[in-house]
Amino acid sequence: MKTSKISFLALSIALAMILSFVESQIPVFISIPGIKMGLPNIVIVFLLYKVGAKEAAAVSMVRVILVGFLFGSMMSMAYSLAGAALSFCGMALLKKTDWFSVTAVSVTGGVLHNVGQILTACFVTETAQLLYYLPVLMISGVISGIVIGVAGAMMVKRVPGSF
Amino acid sequence: MKKRDGILIGGLLLIALVLFLVMQRGAQPGGSVIVRVDGEIIEEISLEEEGTYSLNGGTNLLRIENGQAWLLEADCPDKLCVRQGRIYRTGEVITCLPNKLTVTVTGAEESVDVVM
Repeated sequence: MKTSKISFLALSIALAMILSFVESQIPVFISIPGIKMGLPNIVIVFLLYKVGAKEAAAVSMVRVILVGFLFGSMMSMAYSLAGAALSFCGMALLKKTDWFSVTAVSVTGGVLHNVGQILTACFVTETAQLLYYLPVLMISGVISGIVIGVAGAMMVKRVPGSF
Repeated sequence: MKKRDGILIGGLLLIALVLFLVMQRGAQPGGSVIVRVDGEIIEEISLEEEGTYSLNGGTNLLRIENGQAWLLEADCPDKLCVRQGRIYRTGEVITCLPNKLTVTVTGAEESVDVVM
């Protein structure tokens, strides 16, 4: 791995972590656990398109673990890990088919992140009733996915990502 | 945006809508609330019995009034459970993830377990 790539990925992790922190400071008006904007996903979408799936997956996982240690708890880290993993798999698969634009890939990522989180929460609390939140979480995932997708598409278009 | 994008996003919204409608169907004013901690039922309180209840050794304070239930106080940092407001229809749930505590509304006669 070239030095320039290592530093680029390190910067990406730093950016994703800052975005996680910024996101945690934005108050959410709907008080359902798990609703958020998904700002760090801009970085992941960008890496997925410009650098590669492996790199994007690594940055995503490292970011979740570091943010969990810094600002969260072990529990919130578990939720985020499941969400991030499911979301990433969905996005990588969809990107590979090449049928959809960046926005649709990001929307899928947003929805799957929320689905992964709520499923983990169901297992952790052993309460299937939490699925009650699923429709709202899916819709919130679609909305934030569109916003993040538009921003991500702009970055993919304008920022050079080759080494 | 391509046409396929619209289909995908529309499809996801449709799934959410169908899930929502399925859950709403058959939802009616409930008879009691079930309090679970870590999946274990620790209490079942009738929505008729007005009062304030301390749950889970005092981590959350539940209020029941006029057939509705809500959390008055919680010791968790985000207080999302308090902000989730009042519940009274079957299947509705208040969650306090930090305390792994949930409050669910069930039917009057028998427990309607999962609405899905």
